[in-house]
Amino acid sequence: MSLKSKARYQNRIELLQGTLDLLILQTLQWGPQHGYGIAQAIRAGSSEVFQVDTGSLYPALHRLERQKLISAAWKVSENRQRTRVYRLTSAGRRQLTSQRSKWAQFVDAVAGVLARRRTGEA
Amino acid sequence: MTSRKDDELDEEIRAHLAMSVRDRIDRGEAAGDAGAAARREFGNVALVKEVTRAMWGRMWLERCVQDLRYAARLLVQHRAFTFVAILSLAVGIGANAALFQVLDAVRLRALPISNPHELLEVRLSSIDGARGSFNSWHPSLTNPIWEAIRDRQQAFSGLFAWGAEQFNLTAGGPVRMISGLWVSGNAFEVLGVRPSYGRLLSGNDDRRGCAAPHAVISHAFWQRELGGSPSAIGRTLTLNGRTAEIIGVTEPRFFGLEVGRTFDVAVPICAEPFIDGGAGRLDVGTHWWLTIMGRVKPGWSRDQATSHLQAISQTLFKTTLPPNYPAVSVEKYLAFQLEAVPADSGISRLRENYQGPLWLLLGTAALVLVMACANLANLLLARASARVREIAVRLSLGASRGRIVFQLLTESLLLATIGAAVGVGWAVVLSRSLVDFLNNAGDEIVLDLGVDWHVLAFAIALAFITCLLFGLAPALRATRVETASMMKGHTRGLTADRERTGIRRALVVSQIALSLLLLAGALLFVQSFRNLVRVNPGFRHDGVLITTLNLRPLGLAPERRNSFRIDLLQRLRAIPGVEAVAAVAITPVSGSSWGNDVWLADDTNRRHTNSLFNRVSAGYFSALRIPLIAGRDFDDARDTSSSTEVAIVNEAFARAAMVGRNPVGATIVVERTPNTPEKSYLVVGLVGDAKYIDLREEIAPTVFLAGWQEPRPSNGIEAVIRSNLQPSELMAAITREAAAVNPEITLTFDVMTEQIQRTLVRERLMATLSGFFGGIATLLATVGLYGVISYTVARRSNEIGVRMALGAARRDIARLILREATLLLAFGVAAGLALSLGLTRLAKTLLFGLEPHDPLTLVTAVLALGVVALAATYFPARRAMNIEPTIALRAE
Repeated sequence: MSLKSKARYQNRIELLQGTLDLLILQTLQWGPQHGYGIAQAIRAGSSEVFQVDTGSLYPALHRLERQKLISAAWKVSENRQRTRVYRLTSAGRRQLTSQRSKWAQFVDAVAGVLARRRTGEA
Repeated sequence: MTSRKDDELDEEIRAHLAMSVRDRIDRGEAAGDAGAAARREFGNVALVKEVTRAMWGRMWLERCVQDLRYAARLLVQHRAFTFVAILSLAVGIGANAALFQVLDAVRLRALPISNPHELLEVRLSSIDGARGSFNSWHPSLTNPIWEAIRDRQQAFSGLFAWGAEQFNLTAGGPVRMISGLWVSGNAFEVLGVRPSYGRLLSGNDDRRGCAAPHAVISHAFWQRELGGSPSAIGRTLTLNGRTAEIIGVTEPRFFGLEVGRTFDVAVPICAEPFIDGGAGRLDVGTHWWLTIMGRVKPGWSRDQATSHLQAISQTLFKTTLPPNYPAVSVEKYLAFQLEAVPADSGISRLRENYQGPLWLLLGTAALVLVMACANLANLLLARASARVREIAVRLSLGASRGRIVFQLLTESLLLATIGAAVGVGWAVVLSRSLVDFLNNAGDEIVLDLGVDWHVLAFAIALAFITCLLFGLAPALRATRVETASMMKGHTRGLTADRERTGIRRALVVSQIALSLLLLAGALLFVQSFRNLVRVNPGFRHDGVLITTLNLRPLGLAPERRNSFRIDLLQRLRAIPGVEAVAAVAITPVSGSSWGNDVWLADDTNRRHTNSLFNRVSAGYFSALRIPLIAGRDFDDARDTSSSTEVAIVNEAFARAAMVGRNPVGATIVVERTPNTPEKSYLVVGLVGDAKYIDLREEIAPTVFLAGWQEPRPSNGIEAVIRSNLQPSELMAAITREAAAVNPEITLTFDVMTEQIQRTLVRERLMATLSGFFGGIATLLATVGLYGVISYTVARRSNEIGVRMALGAARRDIARLILREATLLLAFGVAAGLALSLGLTRLAKTLLFGLEPHDPLTLVTAVLALGVVALAATYFPARRAMNIEPTIALRAE
């Protein structure tokens, strides 16, 4: 790997285990999307912090599809490109709600610990 | 080969890349750069596909099918390899499965009854001190002891006694023996055996004094003898000339309580005096014939049952002490202790005799299988080197190493599975012939050899283990390549790649070591068998027929029996072609024996010699060609029941009891036994030593008593007949003569040489099978060595070419190759010798006339293996010598 690409990766944050699924479900909440679009959306939504690795994205999509949290269909785009488009199923929607509240709890808990740490240090 | 789903994934990824390129062009990148950048950003397409496919789940199965199809295609492509692999696996797995099947049947399987683990046997913890007659090879108890235990014990919810007996089914003429059981009335009930027809015996059928007893027959006997007809119930059987009424048939799976035997008919113990005639043995405390078994009460452990039995032992043996018990043994009788031992797999003489040899043979077969696996691993390693480039390409295209290892293992597993399947088929045939082999031992062996889940599980486990043994190392090795260097596709190397051939050398060295062990073992057993066949028994058995004439149906009064028997023998002597006829109580090497303590009448110290006894008529020694060294033979006219009781002793007796002094003229005293008082005999002759019980034994002091001086003349004759007639002719003539005297006389025949050979079945089995395995092992090691040396020659052909170009002579090249082979051989032989010295000890008890570390055997094995192995390197060495330097160097 060259020096340049190493630098490019420096600002990135490794996705926490399992958060990619949440991000995918969240992205699909706004409407059906193909893999490339999902990757772009996540990157844009995280202000370029999260660079989604295709080696994680596609396995995740196919896994979620198998878990019936999302479904896939072929669509032809405006420039006549056949693409595989994913949409949220109702099970996926429920999963998203519960994962979101879990994530909120997680963030609160982590924030709480970090805050207490700071007062302790003061 | 790719599925629709694979195509879709391809298209999905293509779309991803296309969109990425379009975005980049929209942002202003040049078209050429955009494509490359998009692909760079995407990463390794093959890898992404691979990990995505892994998410499909059910594809796992599809992938297995794909691997299997690929493996099958490869196997079909390499037919020669496939054939050799499957053949060697089938032979290895088949031999193991067959031996396991027999072991399972004799050793591991429980009796076919409900809850077999509850069944315990009650027996003496030591039979030292039991005196009298013994009816069974299995240590057993007397009827008075059985009745006392039955009435006193509280540890068992049900306790029963049984004993095996042969019954004659015919009323006259040639005897037809069937296997019978004496059983206490509750035996079937305690065992939980159900009738398949009629009813089984109950307590009411077993009451003292039962004349006209009821009999239960086995399902097999019912089918065989009575056509499975319902009318069998109520019919009568003639057992030793007495009738018994059939009341029922047992369920088909019940074969009795001895594994390896079956029973035909079971009669209650109370019928013994009726069937045997006379007073019987029910009240005789010196006739050991019953085995006691029972189901322990719920909640009782075996240890508790044993403590309970020990607690009642003292009173029990005090009350059952037989009158006239030999004084030296009374104390031991009173100190007898009962114990309970597991009986869930019954008793088995087959098991006691063959369990050790079978385990040893199974171990041998396992080693042969390991060697076959080593050969396959070697072949696969060689093939892996040929596939190195293919694998390197696949690795660099993004296939994971695990994936390729898995695929290579699929190939091995397919081979192992086919090998195991063929092997199991072969095992069924093999185990049956193994039992046929053992059947030569006289008693008919009946074993349930069905392929049950034990055997199948064993074969499947073997297939998996062998697959890992021969497949894993090559698969791991094949995938551990440095992609870049292998892609260059070089085959050139000045010397063979040491590391790569390292495994193969190690495999060959261990093969040579194992084959030396197996070869040495085989030679030991073969020599042991030869020693036994060649041992001088002290008598000549060729041309001797043994016949038993049963006179019981004639009802002769005891005082008439001797003259009747002497006349009968005289008639047999008159048959043309018959050279000698003599009566004998126990024919030599038949396994039976009779022993007592003896001392010299003039010895004030009464120094006891434990001696074997036999009772023979005049002419016995000349009939068996046993030399008369001093004194005289018995004389039928002179040594009668009214004259002085005389004896003839053998040289071993003279050495032991008389310190080598001439025994003729001395008087010997024989101790009192339960049935006979202390008695003196005048020694009239000295004969040469001859084997008595068994060919393996040291010749023991033996005393022969005069045939017609029996205190109670018996109701039959066992005769040895030497003639130059064919056995069948002689048998016909004897049957005619006996029928002419009285048609009710029953007879059996045996050829003495055959009777003796039957005692060597175990040795013959070990010699045959270990010889077979030793041969296969040597073959495998030779093939292995040949393979490695050929491979080395092929790999080093460049080097050899260079050497020859630089002036090396062909002789030097041959020396180079031979040194390699000799080195491998030397390492293998050294390891093999160490193994042999450590392991042949296991066979010590099975060897006759040589030690497990017999140096000559080891040297022979080393030489044989060395010659065969070096012969195998001749061909590759010659190939190396004939390498043309110009061709070898140009071959790039």
